[in-house]
Amino acid sequence: MGVVVADALNPSNVRSRRAWDVAAAVPDPEIPVVTLADLGILRSVECDDDGAVTARVTPTYSGCPATQLIEQMVLEALKRDGFDNVRVESVMSPAWTTDWISAEGREKLRDFGIAPPVKASNSIRALFGETAVSCPLCGSEDTERISEFGSTPCKALYRCRTCLEPFDYFKCL
Amino acid sequence: MSDDLFRYVLRLADDHLILGQRLGEWCGKAPSLEEDLALANIGLDCLGQARALYAYAGKIEGKGRDEDDLAFLRPEREYCNALLVEQPNRDFAWAIARQFYFSAYMLPFWRAMAKSTDDDLRAIAAKAEKEVAYHLRHSAEWVIRLGDGTEESRRRMIEALEELFIYTGELFEMDAVAHAMVSEGVGVDASALRDEWRRTVDGVLAEAHLTAPEAAYDQSGGREGRHTEHLGHLLSELQYMQRAYPGLEW
Repeated sequence: MGVVVADALNPSNVRSRRAWDVAAAVPDPEIPVVTLADLGILRSVECDDDGAVTARVTPTYSGCPATQLIEQMVLEALKRDGFDNVRVESVMSPAWTTDWISAEGREKLRDFGIAPPVKASNSIRALFGETAVSCPLCGSEDTERISEFGSTPCKALYRCRTCLEPFDYFKCL
Repeated sequence: MSDDLFRYVLRLADDHLILGQRLGEWCGKAPSLEEDLALANIGLDCLGQARALYAYAGKIEGKGRDEDDLAFLRPEREYCNALLVEQPNRDFAWAIARQFYFSAYMLPFWRAMAKSTDDDLRAIAAKAEKEVAYHLRHSAEWVIRLGDGTEESRRRMIEALEELFIYTGELFEMDAVAHAMVSEGVGVDASALRDEWRRTVDGVLAEAHLTAPEAAYDQSGGREGRHTEHLGHLLSELQYMQRAYPGLEW
């Protein structure tokens, strides 16, 4: 499973590669600067000999209302690119965590003004553990949490004590 | 096996749907904007967990019922959620106490479930465990803030913690369904979580300078569909749209 690598001798795999590229470039509906590939939620794209495409995506937060929209967007992107017979499946296992976000995705989030999740998901296990979140605007580590829950299930609200700007933090999961 | 598994997954799904609905009732009228966001977000997590569980329950049952059929079209006596989660939002302290007791239970529950032999439950648990860590932290912070706050916030926090305590024992009950699931390696031995739950509760209450309540008796029956009067009222609101306009979709 995973990415089906293009193979010049096998035309169906060239199509798989093309389908992967199309699905991978679909932007996240709520944070459009990152793609599904950046977020690590596109698990695989397969194209069989009859040209039928199966794309597998995994949900992020259990309560994310964008999950269905994302599946719909993958479906439409592939149809627009000429794939007529497309199916999008949701896979639960292995469970997505914020560690699936690529290095490039993390940089894109920061440029957009959202502090990327602190690595090492274990930090949330301590009941009152505070994680050090750097300000995405000035880089200062002198920040404070305003609210654990923000505008979407994946974000918390923070404020920078150095540059005084409020910002979103992509919560570690 | 599949009857027991269906029942087991349905219980978990019902717990989360009903609690999610209770949390959703705060939307637009929580004490502060941050709490409005927080309670709605926690409710959304519960709803998301419930959806994944209902979809799986429908698959196990194999009678063509999907997540919506299970969530919206069963009568009250067929819901098998714990009584704790259906208790009403008498005030903010009640919502916090209910969440605190429940999340302190679900955290070790999901952690144990993440080692289940069942692939679907393992995947749901891996995600839910991390979400619940946030829910527990949020509610524990409020228990301390209210319990160690003003005279009135303290009085209300104590009252909520005491009134809801009789519903906590049910969380740890093990019946034939639960035992069967544990022996298959699928389910979690809830009775074994009680000590850890008690340690979490006592630790947070000590920090709030409150004394942990003791239950004179445990109220239970939810797992068999015997509910408090509050569930029927909740369901009449939850199911209204599907009952009035059968098959309605967005």
